[in-house]
Amino acid sequence: MGQVSTSPLRLVTSEDRGVQLPKTKSPLVIESEAQLRAFLSGLSGVDAVGAEARAAKLATRSLKKSTKLAALDLAISMVDLTTLEGADTPGRVRSLCAKAARPDARDLDVPHAAAVCVYPDLVGVAREALGASPVKVAAVATAFPSGRASMNVKLLDVREAIEAGADEIDMVIDRGAFLSGRVGQVFDEIVAVKEVCGLVHLKVILETGELVTYDNARKASWLAMLGGADFIKTSTGKVATSATLPHALVMVEAVRDFAETTGRLVGVKVAGGIRTSKDALRYLVVVNETVGSAWLTPDLFRFGASSLLNDLLMQRLKQSRGTYVRADEFSAD
Amino acid sequence: MSDRLDVRKTYKLLIGGAFPRSESGRSYEVTSADGAFLANAAQGSRKDVRDAVVAARGAQSAWWAQSAYNRGQVIYRLAEMAESRRDELREHVALAEGVKAKDAKATVARSIDRIVWYAGWTDKIAQILGSSNPVAGPYFNFSVPVPSGVVGVIADQDSSLEAFVDSVLAPIAVGNSVVVLASERRPTPSILVSEMTATADFPRGVVNVLTGFTGELAPTLAGHEDVDGLDLAGVDDAFGDDLAALAAGSIKRVLRPDHARETSLLRLRAFVETSTVWHTIGQ
Repeated sequence: MGQVSTSPLRLVTSEDRGVQLPKTKSPLVIESEAQLRAFLSGLSGVDAVGAEARAAKLATRSLKKSTKLAALDLAISMVDLTTLEGADTPGRVRSLCAKAARPDARDLDVPHAAAVCVYPDLVGVAREALGASPVKVAAVATAFPSGRASMNVKLLDVREAIEAGADEIDMVIDRGAFLSGRVGQVFDEIVAVKEVCGLVHLKVILETGELVTYDNARKASWLAMLGGADFIKTSTGKVATSATLPHALVMVEAVRDFAETTGRLVGVKVAGGIRTSKDALRYLVVVNETVGSAWLTPDLFRFGASSLLNDLLMQRLKQSRGTYVRADEFSAD
Repeated sequence: MSDRLDVRKTYKLLIGGAFPRSESGRSYEVTSADGAFLANAAQGSRKDVRDAVVAARGAQSAWWAQSAYNRGQVIYRLAEMAESRRDELREHVALAEGVKAKDAKATVARSIDRIVWYAGWTDKIAQILGSSNPVAGPYFNFSVPVPSGVVGVIADQDSSLEAFVDSVLAPIAVGNSVVVLASERRPTPSILVSEMTATADFPRGVVNVLTGFTGELAPTLAGHEDVDGLDLAGVDDAFGDDLAALAAGSIKRVLRPDHARETSLLRLRAFVETSTVWHTIGQ
């Protein structure tokens, strides 16, 4: 973590960990629901106590001084600055875009955020406000946050967002279908949405808070990756339980195993309830220790958050000023 | 010989209505005035100061939003709590300050009376510090005292209870929340008072009390930009100058120790701002 920006990319392999992954017959090609079901049920279960203990252990890791500063900057560059309220206005989205492009107007060294994340009808506003800025526009689509709509409505939702200029689509899976065992239906939806997306980045929201168990989170992660997800995302932020460190650990492990089996690198986005720099840095530690520094880039790891950005900026300023900073140093949106 | 094991007390911090040990896990020995071991107190860290300021900031608006009368009731309840534990307070004041039981008893009585006195001020301070100003036009023009916000208090090092009560209650009575660094060598009476605040209906975080080394914690508190006022009762002039310079970085109101023993109205006045509003006369 100390050389976040300079170290060569490193991938933790199963060899490093001294474990043998089960060899599968090219799992990228799913030909039938029966094959998919068999593959998913063939995944080993998650040691829940072990995952929680590991996450808790990693959460005690402390970053100091220049390492902390590098990690804060990295976290800022990974933020998907999000507003998903019924009360969103074009004005609010514009100010959010300005903030994403230049988080701290007084300090040009602060990196820009990765993306702004809005509802599909506001994609056009965000696109226009961001102009030539490298900040991406992400849209939640497919009847966010419940995912309860017909396939046609979901695909139309995605198509319209892309036409309005979205670079990334955050889709939700049908948790009801997943929990009742209709994994083929969930898979088909993801494949169909990815088809509409084409080169547009697809993030698949698993909503781990509604999947109940870690086993389900692991299965859903694989399901989404097999369906063509470019990112898997923990939560919508709209249910009681959002992202937790153990769930992120399980998903990062899935991403690691998937990369090793298929060679394709899938990103992870944690969202919902991450408000402090301390939380954010804990996720970075989990990523670094689980899958290696190769994933410590906005291309492969994101935070979906709104108030987190201000806390990161406050901690950054605290490091340079030496005194704790007022919350109202930074704009609310 | 008693057949009962001692039930030893662990002295803790008060941050946001909870009683944690120091985030750092450290503690230090507190001795009585004659040098005998008295207790292990939590040795707060800079992060504890930060957490306490966050808690104080979060609580201040809710405290100020209560009616002045209600704030008085809450502070009066603190006096009720102190009254029922006055023997314990007396014992600790006598041990900490090395004074006779009779003098400690008088100190405790005066301190509790002071709490009642401050309780009475909550809904009267506006009449004393506020005014209706004459203006040339069809307007009312009012000046009203409003709290500064979060006040950092470095409590008196010697007077373990009486000066502590003054330093803490004055800013609270006018609607501030406080982060207090208790007397380094004589913290136990103030820890007892901090426990009483938990049962006196203060919103969580209005009173935060930290124990530890003043020299280590005071600069963090003085420099913290989210602290609006600073009471330097417990530091000497030289250190006070350093802290006042740190406080100036974020334009805090500073109460210097030479004012510490002055009339209490000055203390009530130390951490208020004046807000002036215009209002049309008639409908």
